Amino acid sequence: MAITTQRRKERIDRGINVRTEGIYALMSIKELSYLAAPRLVLIVGLLILPLLLPDMYWKRVITITCIYAFLALSFDFLAHFVGLVSLGGAFFVGIGGYLAAIANTYWGFPPWLTIPFAALVGGAVCTLLLFPCLPLRGVYFAIVSLMYPLFSARVIEALDIFGGTDGIMGIDGFSNHFVEEYAPLGLLLIALFAIRRLVTTDFGLVLRGVKDNDQAIRASGMNVTFYKSVAVYIASTMGCLSGAILVHIYMWSGISLFALDFSILPIAATVIGGSGTLIGPVLGCFILVPISELLRDFGTLRIVFYALILVGFIIFRSEGLMVWGQRKYHQFERWTQI
Amino acid sequence: MDILIYGTINSVALALYALGFAMVYGVSRLPNFAHGALYVLSGFITWTMLNSLGLPYIVSIVLTLIITGIIGAMIYQFVLIRVRGMEISEIIASYAIGLAILEGLRWGGFRGVNYTLPAFIAGSTNIAGISVDYQRLLVVAIGAAVVAVLWLFTHYTRIGLALRGMAQDERAAMMLGIDSDLMAVVAMGFGSMLAALAAILLLPLGNVVVEAGYNVLILAIAVCIVGGLGSWMGAVLAAFLIGFAQILTVVYLGAQYQMVVAIFAIILTLILKPSGIFGQQKELEERV
Repeated sequence: MAITTQRRKERIDRGINVRTEGIYALMSIKELSYLAAPRLVLIVGLLILPLLLPDMYWKRVITITCIYAFLALSFDFLAHFVGLVSLGGAFFVGIGGYLAAIANTYWGFPPWLTIPFAALVGGAVCTLLLFPCLPLRGVYFAIVSLMYPLFSARVIEALDIFGGTDGIMGIDGFSNHFVEEYAPLGLLLIALFAIRRLVTTDFGLVLRGVKDNDQAIRASGMNVTFYKSVAVYIASTMGCLSGAILVHIYMWSGISLFALDFSILPIAATVIGGSGTLIGPVLGCFILVPISELLRDFGTLRIVFYALILVGFIIFRSEGLMVWGQRKYHQFERWTQI
Repeated sequence: MDILIYGTINSVALALYALGFAMVYGVSRLPNFAHGALYVLSGFITWTMLNSLGLPYIVSIVLTLIITGIIGAMIYQFVLIRVRGMEISEIIASYAIGLAILEGLRWGGFRGVNYTLPAFIAGSTNIAGISVDYQRLLVVAIGAAVVAVLWLFTHYTRIGLALRGMAQDERAAMMLGIDSDLMAVVAMGFGSMLAALAAILLLPLGNVVVEAGYNVLILAIAVCIVGGLGSWMGAVLAAFLIGFAQILTVVYLGAQYQMVVAIFAIILTLILKPSGIFGQQKELEERV
C-alpha cells in the first residue's frame, strides 16, 4: 500500500503575539514598529488620501466613503459585539440628516452646530424609537430594524411633512473644501479607535456577554435592555452623524436618505472587510464605495452587484479580508508532515 | 358590510403572503428574506410567458409555480444551506439574494404601469349591495382551499408529516430517518411556490411592480410575528386580525396609514406577547 504523505499547515505566532495578546512589553524599536506600523499605515494613509487625489470628484467620493464607513462601523459594532443585527442603517442616516436639515434651515444653526446636534439628539431619537424592540434578538431585531427606514419614508410621504417628497432644500454647505474632506476623515478615525477601545473595556465585555449569553448577564444582576440601549445609542449616534454630514455635503435632505443603499452597502463592506474586526468594515467601504462610483452608470444594477459580492463572500470567504490579513501579519505559516 | 367583505379579502391576501414565509421558517428556522422577491419574480415570469412567449394563461401559471419552486429550492441548496444555523449570515444572505432579484428586475426595465396580469374571470357581482369583482372572490376561495390543502398535506402525506416532524423537533426527526437537509430544501421549494401562488392570484388586482416585493416581505413578517413565528394556523388567524385592522384604518383614518398598522401590530405584539398569539413557550426564550 502506498503511503501518502499527508501535510498540514502549521501556524506559529510571531514573538510579540506569543508573549501576550493585550498588554505589550516592548523590547525594541523593531517590536514597537511591528505594533505601530499597521495603525500608522491606516491613519497616515487615510489622512493623505485626499491630497493624492487630484480632482474634486474623487475627493467627494472619499468623503462619501467616510459616511458609509461610519455606518459600517456602527453595523459591525451592533452585530458582532452586542448581537443586534440592524438591517436599517438608512434609518440612522435619515433621522440624522433630517434633524441637521431642520436645525439648519428652520432654526438657522450653522453646520458646526447642526452636526453634533443631529448626532447626539438623533442618537437619542433613534434609541427611543427602537427601544420597544430592544428585548428582541437575532432575526426579530433584524426584521423590525429593516422596517424602520421604509416606514419613516412612508410616513414623511403620507403626512407631507418636512418638504414631503421634494425634501428640504437650501441647506448650508461646508465653509471650505478642506473642512469637508478632513472633518469626516478625522471623525471617522476617532470613532474607529474609540470603539476599538470601548469593546475591550469592562463595558464592552458586558456587551459581548449580552451577545453570547444574555441570561448570564441577567443572572449577574445587570439590566440587559439598559446595556443594549446604550450600545444602540452609540451606534445610532455614528449613523446620525454620517447622515448629518451627508446632508451638508449635498445641501439637500429628502426621502432618499432612507434609501436601501445606506442599509446594504455597509453590511456588504462588513462582510468583505471581516466581521467583528471594526477596522475591516472601514476598509471594506474604501474598497466598495469607489467601485460602486465607477459603476454609477449601471443604476440599480449596483445594488445587485453588492448583493452578489455579499453572498459570494458569506459562502466562500466568510472570515473577510481583515481577519485573513491579521493572520498573515501575526503568524508564520509552514507545511509540516503529519 | 363592505368592511366585512373587503376585510375578508384583504385578510386572505395577507394569509397568502405569509404562508410561504411561515412554512420555511417553521421547518428550517430560516427567515427567508427573499420571500418578497420571489413573489415579484413569479409575477414577472408569468407576465413574460404570457406576453413574450405567448403561452396560454393556465400553462404559464403552472409553469411559473414549478419554476419558482425550483428557484427557491436552488437558492436553498446552493446558498443558504452553507450558512445554516448562523443567524446573522442567514439573514444577510437571504436578504441579499432578495435584493439582487428585485433590483435586477428593476434594472432589467420591469417598471411602470404596463405590466399587468389579466384577471382569471373578468367582471364583478353584487353581494349585499356591494360590487365585488370575481377575481377577489376567487382569491378568497382559492385562499381557503390552499389552507385546507396545506392542512391535509401536512397531516396525511409522508412528506407533509416529515415537514411537520422537522418543525417540531429536528433531532428527533433525524433519528427517525428524515433527511433534514432534503426536507429543508423541499420546504423552501413549497414556500416559494406559495409565494408564486399568492403572486398569481393577487397581482391581477393591480400592477406588477418591484416595490411590492418589500411590502409583501414586511406584511408577511408582520403576520408571522403576530401569529407566532413558525405557527401556520397562527399566521392565518393573525392575517385576519391585521387584515381587518388595516381595512378599518383605511375606512376611518385614510389609506396612507395602512402600512402603519402592520408595524404597529408587530411592535405591540412584541411588547405584549413576544411569542405571538400561537407561539410556543420555547420560542419565547429564543426571542427575549
